[in-house]
Amino acid sequence: MLYREAGQFKTTYAEDMAIFPIRQDRIALGILLGIAFVGVPLLATFHIWPFNSEYLLWAILLPFLILALAAIGVNVLVGYCGQISLGSGAFMAIGAYSAYKLGTGVHIPLAWFGFAISIPPLPVLPSILLGGLMAAIAGILFGIPSLRIKGLYLAVATLAAQFFFDWVFLRVPWFTNYAPSGSVNAPRLDFFGLAVNTPIERYLLCLIFITVFAVLAKNLVRGNLGRQWMAIRDMDIAAELIGIRPLYAKLTAFAVSSFIIGVAGALWAFVYLGSWEPLAFSIDRSLQLLFMVIIGGLGSIMGSFVGAAFILILPILLNLIPTQLGVPLSTETITHLEFIIFGSLICYLLIKEPHGFARLISIGKEKLRLWPFPY
Amino acid sequence: MIALGQFLEVLIGGLMSGVLYSLVALGFVLIFKASGVFNFAQGAMVLLAGLALVRSLDLLVAWGFPLWAAIILGIGFAAVIMAITAWLIERFVIGPLVNQDALTLFMSTIGVTFILEGAAQMIFGSDAYPLRLFPTDAWFLFENLFPGGILLNKLDVWGGFIAGILVAGLAIFFERTKTGRALRAVADDHLAAQSVGIPISWIWFVVWLAAGLVALVAATVWGTKLGVQFSITFLALKALPVLIIGGLTSIPGAIVGGFIVGAGEKIAEVFLGSYIGGGIEYWFAYVLALAVLLVRPQGLFGERIIERI
Repeated sequence: MLYREAGQFKTTYAEDMAIFPIRQDRIALGILLGIAFVGVPLLATFHIWPFNSEYLLWAILLPFLILALAAIGVNVLVGYCGQISLGSGAFMAIGAYSAYKLGTGVHIPLAWFGFAISIPPLPVLPSILLGGLMAAIAGILFGIPSLRIKGLYLAVATLAAQFFFDWVFLRVPWFTNYAPSGSVNAPRLDFFGLAVNTPIERYLLCLIFITVFAVLAKNLVRGNLGRQWMAIRDMDIAAELIGIRPLYAKLTAFAVSSFIIGVAGALWAFVYLGSWEPLAFSIDRSLQLLFMVIIGGLGSIMGSFVGAAFILILPILLNLIPTQLGVPLSTETITHLEFIIFGSLICYLLIKEPHGFARLISIGKEKLRLWPFPY
Repeated sequence: MIALGQFLEVLIGGLMSGVLYSLVALGFVLIFKASGVFNFAQGAMVLLAGLALVRSLDLLVAWGFPLWAAIILGIGFAAVIMAITAWLIERFVIGPLVNQDALTLFMSTIGVTFILEGAAQMIFGSDAYPLRLFPTDAWFLFENLFPGGILLNKLDVWGGFIAGILVAGLAIFFERTKTGRALRAVADDHLAAQSVGIPISWIWFVVWLAAGLVALVAATVWGTKLGVQFSITFLALKALPVLIIGGLTSIPGAIVGGFIVGAGEKIAEVFLGSYIGGGIEYWFAYVLALAVLLVRPQGLFGERIIERI
């Protein structure tokens, strides 16, 4: 009844090619953005439920936004271009450490040539974006094997990136500015003279980033490049025969995906963690991101958000339930139970809906179109 | 100048420890050959088998069984546990996911990994348990040829011996038995195998059981080496490059891949590690695997990947 596009006529090509051609979708998105940009900060400022403590903002919304951004990046590569990557954690780390180095000043002494490369400390925003750029370059380098290797072989090959960079950031003290403990602190967050300190400010910052990148990604995958990626994903040989260059399509997918993941990594380190060590970007992070993308739905930007929310919130809920119910279990048993329930839910979801939440959403839309009539 | 004796010692030590990686990699190959599933849960299965074995052993010894009886009963118990696990996995996870794409199946085995890790530690405890099935001291060979001789761990020799028996046994099973033939048929084409009357779910149960038993064997050796504990699950990550180098579908490939990874890793660590910082064992195998893949995308012994439109 409410969700029906009857009577919405498209009279121009621009209208026909809009991101959200259905008016109800636009309204829903507007409301969502309104809540995210105005509602949440307002509620949080006045400490109205559920924002009476900073827990929700700090422990759920902030990591959700950043990981959803990373999930969009992974989705570009895995969902749209069909190249399975288990190295996303490494690209997050590259983004984070490059941004850190650029933010604190780079000094490379080239003794052989008799001079040194020195870059003065950059402001936060350029260093985050350049961190993403470094991740993109690394992504292109580690994407080159994808031209020969496919499928699960490629997945294992990308693990090389994961383990190599884990080791690099752990063992090469230059990246951590010779910090004795190996953990580094983010520089002061300063955007055009505005200091970003409180959870609300950090939340808004991440929200702006993810909104911009989600719109960019959505438009990219709708366009020429995205269609090339999808052709490669669906069948690479056939795509090549109709004139798509696999080299260009695959490497751009690696570059765009790694750039987004790198920016997310820099945000994760700078805005969420504050101080971090290489362990924050281990293989577990890569698997977590891949789960988000698959549970959310391969090849769906919206799905990345839902997947990120699900994978992030599920363990927190599982952790809360026993204490809320007052079941007397040792913390160890609870951890193991969490493992079992998390694993079972993943398997259950994969069996029930192998195409993820995105497919559920589109089924829901179809149902809503007919509602309340069954035909 | 590197002494020949030292080089030989590193090489032999590497080759031997490589065989131990192969033990884990074999489980992957078995499942991939027969069902096309890339089984991430192999490491968790090693943990489960090891915990079941070591806990039942402790209990039986405490009840006053003689050691040989306890070992036989313990291994029997662990084998039963692995059989139940195989049945559950086939029945509830892999069975319903027939005909899904490889990525979904791969992710479902990660889900299985979580379940197995949680369940194994909840049922059998989550400490580190020492296992003493094989001798752990070392031999010194050729002491008259090289100063100090060549150090050789007895455990590694046992591991190589067991891996040899295992490969021979699996080869006979695959080539000579009726079930083995059915397995190869299923690996070739699920639908065609089903249509000539091969019960596919039974075959998959057999495969997962075989992988579980290989995990049990790996657990006896690795449990003796490291103690049975959670970190044993990371073996799966160690076995992946072995698998890739050898080829996902080849049992001899898993052994040769183990040799290459083990020897390469140790030689790189000893002779290269001092120049670029220690701990390169951590990623060297993967970079090696990447290099091999660039030359042969299907691994050294893998079947040639033929693509059609």
